[in-house]
Amino acid sequence: MSQLWEVFVRGRRGLSHVHAGSVHAADAQMALRNARDVYTRRGEGVSIWVVPSSQITASTPDEKDPFFDPSADKVYRHPTFYNLPEEVRQM
Amino acid sequence: MSADLQTQFDALIDADERIEPRDWMPDAYRKTLIRQIAQHAHSEIIGMQPEGNWITRAPSLKRKAILMAKVQDEAGHGLYLYGAAETLGVDRAELLDLLHTRKQKYSSIFNYPTISWADVGAIGWLVDGAAITNQVPLCRCSYGPYARAMIRICKEESFHQRQGFEILLTLSNGTPAQRGLAQDAVNRWWWPSLMMFGPPDADSPNSAQSMAWGIKRFSNDELRQKFVDMTVPQAGVLGLTLPDPELRFDEETGHHHFGEIDWTEFYQVVKGNGPCNEQRLRHRVRAHEEGAWVGEAAAAYAAKQASREGVAVA
Repeated sequence: MSQLWEVFVRGRRGLSHVHAGSVHAADAQMALRNARDVYTRRGEGVSIWVVPSSQITASTPDEKDPFFDPSADKVYRHPTFYNLPEEVRQM
Repeated sequence: MSADLQTQFDALIDADERIEPRDWMPDAYRKTLIRQIAQHAHSEIIGMQPEGNWITRAPSLKRKAILMAKVQDEAGHGLYLYGAAETLGVDRAELLDLLHTRKQKYSSIFNYPTISWADVGAIGWLVDGAAITNQVPLCRCSYGPYARAMIRICKEESFHQRQGFEILLTLSNGTPAQRGLAQDAVNRWWWPSLMMFGPPDADSPNSAQSMAWGIKRFSNDELRQKFVDMTVPQAGVLGLTLPDPELRFDEETGHHHFGEIDWTEFYQVVKGNGPCNEQRLRHRVRAHEEGAWVGEAAAAYAAKQASREGVAVA
């Protein structure tokens, strides 16, 4: 049976693949061809990844707060946390 | 718990943030979106038929290539939208069944026939023009996948509208007979295009809720007025008239005043009594049934390959 694939497209060299949408296909080769026809009709990509949707593990929005909390209280990870003397113009 | 989730959802909507597939959302929000996105997707693929009608009879190879590209885009738009609908937990096959069994609708505009080549021009200019007016605000719709699909679609629609305008411009500057075809097509497509924005605000009971949810950004009447204001000057450039004796620019409001729309016709076509309702649906079902072997063959091939590689079939 046809299954659902998530499509990721690299817009041009130097950029990473970005999620574009999904396609139905019976196998990976067909998913690639369908993805090309559906998502790159106007030169939108130089490379495509297809991944069976069922193979993606995602964080759940419900636990969004606890899951991402550890990074929220570490302001010292940002350069703006540090006060520099006036004389140091750039760092 | 549910109250908490509702509060979180409301806060996201109030902050004009996007709702994403795995977020909690009220059932009614999900249902409204599934219905709207599916209907939109159905419109895209049914919309391939009136124009597909002219592919083999396009007046030149250039026009034929352009028309094929446009019809392929409509198929692509349908697929983006079915994909967006599937993120809400429905399957594309279910949605197609609902279309085929007349439980879901598509835009009534596609129930009108394309009787001359000029109709391809009028569809691009007026029908795609009205669609763009409707769709640009949907790029900011509160449901992320729908909004992202609309951004893609709007970029591509702009080619559609221009090619239609160019067809009409060429005909309008051609022989008197060609000019006559262009005028006739515009006469037939003008009013149905205005109906594409849906019933007047007073008769559109679901609009308020869709606005509150950030699915809809402008009312039917606002969008219709916007379309008329944009289109009237373009008709002037084409040297064609619009079939409305009441049409005039109102200095006071700064908008074009237009005549009364025949809503009886609109509801007749919605109910299935338009000139092509039967033909469109019959053709769609036939294509679906006669094309089923392609999917089956692909699945059989995939299963055979997988078994040869000794991989369990998913």
